Amino acid sequence: MAEAKAEVEETLKRIEAHKGVVGTIVVNAEGIPIRTTFDNSTTVQYAGLLQQLTMKARSTVRDIDPRNDLTFLRIRSKKHEIMVAPENEYLLIVIQKPCE
Amino acid sequence: MEIVYVYTKKRSDFGRPCNFSDRPAEVTVDIPPDPSAADGFMARNPVDAYVQHTSDMSEHEVNTERVEVETRGVNHTEGGWPKDINPQEMEQTIRFRKKAEKDENYINTITHLGTLMEHCIKQNNAINIYEEYFGEEEMDEVEDEPPSAKTINVIRDPNITKRTATHLSWHPDGCKKLAVAYSSLEFQQNVKDMSFDSYIWDLENSNKPELVLKPSSPLVSLEYNPKDSHILAGGCYNGQIAYWDTRKGGLPVEVSTVEFSHRDPVYGTIWLQSKTGTDCFSASTDGQVLWWDIRKLSEPTETLVLDITRKGLLENALGAISLEFEPTMPTKFMVGTEQGIVITCNRKAKTPPEKIAGTYSGHHGPVYALARNPFYPKFFLTVGDWTARIWSEENKESPIMWTKYHLSYLTDGCWSTVRPAVFFTTRMDGTLDIWDFLFKQNDPSLSLKICDEPLFSLRLQDNGCFVGCGSKLGTVTLLEISSGLCTLQKNEKTLATAMFERETKREKILEARHREMRLKERAKSGGWDEEGKVERPEESHDEVLEQVRKEFFEVIEAELRKRAQEEAKHWRAKDKDYAGDMGEEEEEGESKLPEYEEEEEEGEDATKVS
Repeated sequence: MAEAKAEVEETLKRIEAHKGVVGTIVVNAEGIPIRTTFDNSTTVQYAGLLQQLTMKARSTVRDIDPRNDLTFLRIRSKKHEIMVAPENEYLLIVIQKPCE
Repeated sequence: MEIVYVYTKKRSDFGRPCNFSDRPAEVTVDIPPDPSAADGFMARNPVDAYVQHTSDMSEHEVNTERVEVETRGVNHTEGGWPKDINPQEMEQTIRFRKKAEKDENYINTITHLGTLMEHCIKQNNAINIYEEYFGEEEMDEVEDEPPSAKTINVIRDPNITKRTATHLSWHPDGCKKLAVAYSSLEFQQNVKDMSFDSYIWDLENSNKPELVLKPSSPLVSLEYNPKDSHILAGGCYNGQIAYWDTRKGGLPVEVSTVEFSHRDPVYGTIWLQSKTGTDCFSASTDGQVLWWDIRKLSEPTETLVLDITRKGLLENALGAISLEFEPTMPTKFMVGTEQGIVITCNRKAKTPPEKIAGTYSGHHGPVYALARNPFYPKFFLTVGDWTARIWSEENKESPIMWTKYHLSYLTDGCWSTVRPAVFFTTRMDGTLDIWDFLFKQNDPSLSLKICDEPLFSLRLQDNGCFVGCGSKLGTVTLLEISSGLCTLQKNEKTLATAMFERETKREKILEARHREMRLKERAKSGGWDEEGKVERPEESHDEVLEQVRKEFFEVIEAELRKRAQEEAKHWRAKDKDYAGDMGEEEEEGESKLPEYEEEEEEGEDATKVS
């Protein structure tokens, strides 16, 4: 069990080590941040907003084709890219500064 | 709104003039009534009929209601936690998170998502699919369009008694917010009901100010803190310094004490570059520069008296009317004075007299604007009297470039933030001039009449595309300038430096030559000159005044005599011309006159020949 947990940590650490990655947040189905590298207010804001947006996006995809599902959400903005991976009640959010 | 219509019609459009005369009645045609035809008609009662010969005209005016926009927000609090957990309690939330992290589902999901995410991150790092390949070529196309600017917004002082928009400051984060300081600078013209308020305007909704700043005395200068956009510092008409926090409303958070403040209106307030972001300094026409820490406004942290004789006497000090600070040169700053002298100062000098590093004089009146070139801070722009001048720090005696003397006073000026060769000036007659000295040196490349009243202040947004102009009656006009004027041109930087360097060199050579000539003259006149120098101060003021007056009238009289003579010659020539040969030259005589004037001495002979 502890080993598996360490593996998760290691995966996230590896992601954070990539070039341009600003931080990561893991959010559960209720929108509660489980693990984060940002400060509390930023985390809560990202978690709350992205959870809603992802659910909306997911329902849109499902409404168009009930057999389809959302696998990944990329939000490109002026300052950075927000990547959201949803699966089984959890969201993995990564903020990355695009390469110059 | 008062609507006035003027209709004009040419006399010729009314047709031939009428010319009536009496004559006996005559029958032109006689149609007897036909009773049978009456059956085909029905009498109409009442009958509306009118006769109008001119064509009908109509016009409608519709004044639409102004759209009032309002922004509302909702503050969300943290939610979604299970009922038995208080999100404010650190311990409970940590325990909940720990538990969640042990969940098998969580572990599996995140490990899986991790690989998926890593793939995307690598993709992003490998190739930028949004890369612009042909960015440069598009720039070339822009160059051809003629310079222009369009008004995008006009913000009026909402008060009945209009005040001058004395200072503008753009929101430092590039959003469309503008802080405007309003005060009446006319001597003893402060009407009783005049409002003291200054405003922060959101350009998306210019009907209502976003925030009303309520100082104890009208603001003359107002500046956003570049480090914290919620904080603004302002200098009041009575000399006090105040600062606002927009999160705390319109009343100043703190105001400097009157005893330690300036004694005249504060014409310049600038934020310094410091770690805390709380330091600023101010200058006023009382001849002082004061440094402040807004956390403790009761006393200035440092003072400097602008006495260029370096004695530090307040009664000899020059009144500061403009202030300049370049963050890349944190110890230096410059002050423009009412006497037309620019003073460079070094804040970190050991003794107070050494803080005044040098002076640049040349303007005949107050230096209303002072700005270093954002690309080449060694060169700076001053605006005063009827000209704008560009100086090099090395040449203390004269500017390296200057504009012609305008017919009206210049009131403000600034450099473009994106193009080193472009600067803006405003005039008393309500005109905004945009100069591009790589394109034209004698005239502005764009001259726009913005309003009828004098323009007073000018500020360019950091992106260089929007410029705000404040007028004497408190109207702030926002203009968007054409892309040619706010995008860096090809080779512009090198061309601009070359031009600056060339002009600096030219002025240096001229300066050296002047010095040489002066030396020579002194050597030539030798002892005599020295005697003269000694004698001169003994002359009383009245004598000097009398001398000057005499010289002045001599010049005037000489000029008048010259004109009279010319006029006389003029007439003589004309008379002779008519007398000499009236038949041939009668018609041409008038048009030929100017020639005689130019020929002067030969004039008389020429008439005889013709």
